[in-house]
Amino acid sequence: MDFELVNLISWIDESLRDLCGDASWAVSLIEYVLIAIAFLGLYCVLALILILLERKICADFQCRIGPNRVGPWGLCQPIADMFKILLKEIITLKNNDKFLFFTAPFLILAGSLGTFGALQFGKGLVGVDFNVGIFYMLAISSLGVIGILLAGWSSDNKYTLIGAMRSGAQLISYEISAGISILTMVLLGGSLNLTDLIEGQKDSWYLFQGHIPAIIAFIIYLIAGHAETNRGPFDLPEAESELCAGYHTEYSGITFGFFYLAEYLNMFIIAGIGTMVFLGGWQPFHINYEWASGFNELMDYIPSYCWFVGKVFMLVLLSLWVRWSFPRLRIDQLLHLEWKILMPISLVNMLLMAGWVAYIAAQNN
Amino acid sequence: MEKTLKLIQSLSSTAEKVEAMDFTVAVAKDDLRKVAEKLKAEGWDYLINLTAVDNQENIEVVYHLSKSSDMEKLLVLKTKTEDMQNPIVETVCDLWESAGLYEREAYDFFGIRFLNNPDMRRLFLRPDWVGYPFRKDYDNTPNEKFSTSVHDVASMENVPSITLNHHGEIEEKNVNLFDNDEYIVNFGPQHPSTHGVLHLRISLDGENVKKIDPHFGYIHRGIEKMMESMTYPQMLFLTERLDYLCGSINRHALCMCVEKAMNIEVPKRAVYIRTIFDELNRIASHLLGWACMCNDMGSITSFIYGFRDREKIMDIFQETCGGRLMVNYYVIGGVAQDLHPNTVNRIKEFIPYLREMIKEYHTLFTGNPIARDRMTNCGFLSKEKAVALGMSGPNGRASGWHCDVRKVAPYAAYGEVNFDEVLHKGGDTIDRYMIRLEEIEQSLRIIEQLIDKLPDGDFKAKVPAIVKVPAGEYYQRVENARGDFGVYIKSTGEKSPYRIKFRSPSMVAVSGLDPICKGTKVADLIMIGGSLDYVIPCIDR
Repeated sequence: MDFELVNLISWIDESLRDLCGDASWAVSLIEYVLIAIAFLGLYCVLALILILLERKICADFQCRIGPNRVGPWGLCQPIADMFKILLKEIITLKNNDKFLFFTAPFLILAGSLGTFGALQFGKGLVGVDFNVGIFYMLAISSLGVIGILLAGWSSDNKYTLIGAMRSGAQLISYEISAGISILTMVLLGGSLNLTDLIEGQKDSWYLFQGHIPAIIAFIIYLIAGHAETNRGPFDLPEAESELCAGYHTEYSGITFGFFYLAEYLNMFIIAGIGTMVFLGGWQPFHINYEWASGFNELMDYIPSYCWFVGKVFMLVLLSLWVRWSFPRLRIDQLLHLEWKILMPISLVNMLLMAGWVAYIAAQNN
Repeated sequence: MEKTLKLIQSLSSTAEKVEAMDFTVAVAKDDLRKVAEKLKAEGWDYLINLTAVDNQENIEVVYHLSKSSDMEKLLVLKTKTEDMQNPIVETVCDLWESAGLYEREAYDFFGIRFLNNPDMRRLFLRPDWVGYPFRKDYDNTPNEKFSTSVHDVASMENVPSITLNHHGEIEEKNVNLFDNDEYIVNFGPQHPSTHGVLHLRISLDGENVKKIDPHFGYIHRGIEKMMESMTYPQMLFLTERLDYLCGSINRHALCMCVEKAMNIEVPKRAVYIRTIFDELNRIASHLLGWACMCNDMGSITSFIYGFRDREKIMDIFQETCGGRLMVNYYVIGGVAQDLHPNTVNRIKEFIPYLREMIKEYHTLFTGNPIARDRMTNCGFLSKEKAVALGMSGPNGRASGWHCDVRKVAPYAAYGEVNFDEVLHKGGDTIDRYMIRLEEIEQSLRIIEQLIDKLPDGDFKAKVPAIVKVPAGEYYQRVENARGDFGVYIKSTGEKSPYRIKFRSPSMVAVSGLDPICKGTKVADLIMIGGSLDYVIPCIDR
């Protein structure tokens, strides 16, 4: 028995080829559309799941029950919320730049979707696979900053402007640490291609292969990645007790919904990148010793997408835990943490990793 | 006190002692300034309250003074002006900083202008309001022509003041509070963390706060004015609407003030019950203060924890009183009904429960490095400044000012119990934060001692059917959860007071925002606001 989804995909591919015969362009076209629909659908469904998960988990942290009226255990709550948000009026402001105001949510969504498309969900479940996959992800995820800055600027509101400026400072700073810690692992893996990186973790995840430098990089990535998602204790751009809702104060209806959607998915994406780079992506957990071969085989029975989603949700849970127990940082402390602590450590850590890689290479020779 | 009287008389030949419950001295308007300066130099550095009274043929200004080193002492200084059309009194706001806001209030309601006070804007009412509503001759029929349009921002910043020029003539001045190119942000009246309908206009330099200008009056209900046409038992219900988070304590103040004036002996059981309920109320208020401060700093979980435990106190109130937030429990002469049979046990269960929970709060929030980093060395308030601003209560004690009315002038059953006045030296935000949690523990101690000794007997004294306070002036202080709360009653022997004034500890706390927050970040402003723990309905009486 093999539950891998890649079988289903190849079956669809083969049937389409049989159906279309010579017109291979038609096959490609249909497949592109199918993939796009699949990703968009997955994006929305994941957002709904994450929203419910967050509300339930935060309720548990806070000794509350959480949503429990709509559907069994409140399972339909996010769907009801979604319809509500779709039905709300989109309020337009009087004296603002309407074009930028309505472009900003799309930019944020585009950045988030673009990154989402490059995640590797399982064996063969890859939307985009190219030789600089990691680089692409780091690059396209930065699009969100522009969206946030535009949203804050074009809202013609002092609160949103403060929120946007905070956000700009924060996201740009923390991208450095997140990027360097990922590059540290790229040093170890020796490739920018995500497929290669994941393949390299077949026997043992990079977190274990890289020893101390990898663990340091992982911790730094978790902190910086968490900051990238704009969630507590790094939620300064929206800081509801200070800035009402920060950069998206003036948005309503589905335009606000886009910010909301992107925020939750960014949490998933950051956890996804962390999983791929540090925790072996969709690779099962293996113990690299002879005696554990039985255990390893057992692990192989669990389908690869389950591994990926499981690991990602573990990291998401961690991020929720942090969010609901920590107070917010102040802007100077936030920048202090990045520029004076995380960045120097991650730079030194990269050197350490280079030394470690050189040591392994020398051993192998 | 006789020495003080002699001192005043040596400066002002017309000064005379007035027969009243508290030590009262009346001085002529022209001598006021001299007397005030001398008193300040003699150590009367704490201006508790400033009240204006319209006596129809003259307008009186009453100053309640005390010494920060010896809070038990209370000196009432009075002066009056016969000029009803254009009353002018010299300011004392350079001597006692807290007088600034009080004088604005007096101007707003009575039209008294204070010479040399740099800020003579209205405090609560709109700039275009006609007349002075607390004057006895004020025409309060609804005015249909009254415009409801939003008054423009410029009029909020246009600060009038009056000074004497070198010819001895009065000169009016107008200055603008902010420069034209300052970046001014409106915090409130609708804002998640102004703890009510407070409006702060803040001048920002990037993230740094340059200047704060508070605006009050958005929910002013004219409670003091309404009370002038209410009987005393009716008035009680409005006191809980002042500082609604510790409503019982406010009500206690008014009850005690009337009882003191009418010489009513409150049964011992009622006194004990009141003390226990005051302390429960204080705990509830401090829990909420703590929770809101944590929420202001972004820790929503702590917020819910605080509310979870406050709920238990609300349940205790509900069982005995029927009410939860507005318990309506104290009446003149005692309490409205006896304790519910379950209450004593419930309170006894609650004490160890809360002690455990406070440990949890410390693990969750106090011990958090982010929280500690943010609170230490931030929002410093020196003891001198606290006294000058009149910031008593937990905020003053965090700066090392020994100012607990329960200790310095014990009332109810506070003289019979052992408890510590929690004092901190630092004056930082973390001191103000810690002091609330520590005071909860002291309150638990007080309840613990009283709950077992609860005497049997009546819960209410015999009170005349129509409560008439004998003519005179009365002042009663209590320690509510935010500090020195006071009730000033001037009675003419009728069944409703001639003038009643509440001393709000929240108002002075807000006036402290500007000096404390100057130079801090926006995020600190919110946090410091939370640590000062003001309640706006107490300001907007």
